[in-house]
Amino acid sequence: MKHLSEYRDATLLKPLIAGIQTMSTQPWRIMEVCGGQTNTIVRYGLEQCLQPMISLLHGPGCPVCVTPPCYLDAAQSLASRSDVVLCTFGDMARVPGTDKSLLDIKAEGGDIRTMYSPLDAVTLARSEPEKQIVFFAIGFETTAPLVALSIVQAAHHGLRNFSVLCAHVLIPPAIEALLQFPEVKIDAILAPGHVCTVTGTREYEELHEMYGIPIVITGFEPADILQGVSEAVRCLESHESEVTIQYSRAVTAAGNIQAQRLIEQVFTVCDRDWRGIGSIPASGLEIVPAYQGFDAVDRFALELQPSPQTHDCCGRVLRGSLSPQECPHFGTTCTPQSPIGAPMVSSEGACAAYIQHARHDQISRSFQGR
Amino acid sequence: MNKQRRDNDIIQLAHGGGGRLMHDLIQDVFESAFRQEDFSARHDAALLRDINGNVVMSTDSFVVNPLFFPGGDIGSLAVNGTVNDLAMQAARPLYMSTGFIIEEGCPLAFVRRVARSMRIAADRAGIAIVTGDTKVVERGHGDGIYINTAGIGVIEHEDTLGPERIEPGDAIILSGDIGRHGIAVLATREELALESELESDCAPLAADVLALVEQGIKLHCLRDLTRGGLGTALVELSEDSQKTFVVEEDAIPVSNAVASACEVLGFDPLYVANEGRFAAFLPADQASEAVAFLANRNPELQPVIIGEVQDDGKPIVVARSPLGTERVIDMLSGDQLPRIC
Repeated sequence: MKHLSEYRDATLLKPLIAGIQTMSTQPWRIMEVCGGQTNTIVRYGLEQCLQPMISLLHGPGCPVCVTPPCYLDAAQSLASRSDVVLCTFGDMARVPGTDKSLLDIKAEGGDIRTMYSPLDAVTLARSEPEKQIVFFAIGFETTAPLVALSIVQAAHHGLRNFSVLCAHVLIPPAIEALLQFPEVKIDAILAPGHVCTVTGTREYEELHEMYGIPIVITGFEPADILQGVSEAVRCLESHESEVTIQYSRAVTAAGNIQAQRLIEQVFTVCDRDWRGIGSIPASGLEIVPAYQGFDAVDRFALELQPSPQTHDCCGRVLRGSLSPQECPHFGTTCTPQSPIGAPMVSSEGACAAYIQHARHDQISRSFQGR
Repeated sequence: MNKQRRDNDIIQLAHGGGGRLMHDLIQDVFESAFRQEDFSARHDAALLRDINGNVVMSTDSFVVNPLFFPGGDIGSLAVNGTVNDLAMQAARPLYMSTGFIIEEGCPLAFVRRVARSMRIAADRAGIAIVTGDTKVVERGHGDGIYINTAGIGVIEHEDTLGPERIEPGDAIILSGDIGRHGIAVLATREELALESELESDCAPLAADVLALVEQGIKLHCLRDLTRGGLGTALVELSEDSQKTFVVEEDAIPVSNAVASACEVLGFDPLYVANEGRFAAFLPADQASEAVAFLANRNPELQPVIIGEVQDDGKPIVVARSPLGTERVIDMLSGDQLPRIC
């Protein structure tokens, strides 16, 4: 734990905060695009420490939050079948689709299992050959290699009862979409460290070349985030603009080549709907024809109808143009117990993070519902 | 029928049917484990003699999966859980009942092992298991063994404890590091492939609590930290007492093993289960004495003052970070679920 306590040590964090405050001569708006970073920022009250000069905007960095309802509906219809075991990551079970959540389907008798790794679903498929095992795959470039590996393994074992409902999305196209939204003014980006451990930095270099915005690839601990903000402010104040790696203990420029090869072997890039944002070109992953037999959409002839965009507030929160506590539903008609939108559900959603770690001075608002 | 063969047996529906098999099960397993002066194997109701003082009663059910985990099993858990419910009223535990609901197909050896473990835990905690019941449900309708208990204790002092007695200015003491039970149980579930040498904190708390009372510590309220962890216990008490609690996050002890596992799983140790820890609310001027006394008395505890009660009329729990920032601690809306990236 030595390496964790160091990144949370207040005696190291306070000088970082003081340094950022000294450096800032004007207000800057910095967006992070990772739910883990959002959670740390809110939990440790880093926004409080950096105000008023630095505003931290929370981007669409929660994969659970951006998965469109049509995928949830498809997962629910699969889970309702008596011959299917639906496997997914934990947070996904609580997210409302059009009518229900997977937890509702489970209570009604659906066989839904939460897993840490898609490879466990392959093991399950081998041990229960009479059942169809479907892994509901969501997430960014971080989880995609493991899902790819599960498909490669299933092919290797010749499994005919394993398939993947693939809702994977990619981070750089989402950042680009946000940079093109006129309503969102972003001065610098904290890029997601774990995604970049897989992808490396090339796509972020391209974004930087196109939009001339400082991008700091940042980790998840309080010290990481403050260092990331510090580097972003240094660039902004000195009118320099570059891609830098704060999270250098995990990220290299080339990334994880083996993981990238797995993604390329199994997936191809496609357009994808993002919940709250809409369709973003070349922002999703779908299974290549060579592995089509493992695509749940194909196997079960699923139709993924683009769903109407949900509550506009959720979209604005996901785009960083509305802070969760500015939303009229926050903590009143939208709570973790009865969420209106996905950002209130996942532990990495911005609204859930604000409710869970609400600041003392915000509680009169967020606790009105009690 | 020799003993070896019986241990290889499995529970059948007839073991709960009221006939010969059930008679044998009670005699061979439960009566042999629980036999003592008060155990009423032959009668459904136990006679409890001469209890002097206000009597407290509790009930609890235990459904832990797996049945056996590092640092305990469903039997010791059932006894300690019952004892701790009584202890939180600063009552002396006296008697308890135990109802077994066993799934058809459960190895008889498991039942025997759990019953023996209950007896050992009961002897350690000074509580007598005086009556019991057995039911068997069809395979697939249970999870090995469920246990329901009732506990009876006596209050031998003048104080009544409860959230209504919590006062502004009270200190909040935590008896030890948090999260051991939840992580120890999780680590045994094979689907997580999590290796840990961590043991559950499962332990009886009555002796420590009664010793505090005898020491002259004026306890206002006690709460054992169970399923929802420290976070949920504090929020419940804050709502029940309509007071604001402010705790220092840095002061809350979390072992390296628990902290590391929580990092991997995406859990907040504040909401991880405990089975041998309690929070105490007491006058601030007695807090240091109480902490020193507990630490001296029981080396397995790691008592600390974690915060104080304030009176600004809001039933909230505020955690202060080492940076001086504050956040509100709320109950979780459901179980903690693993994060995905």
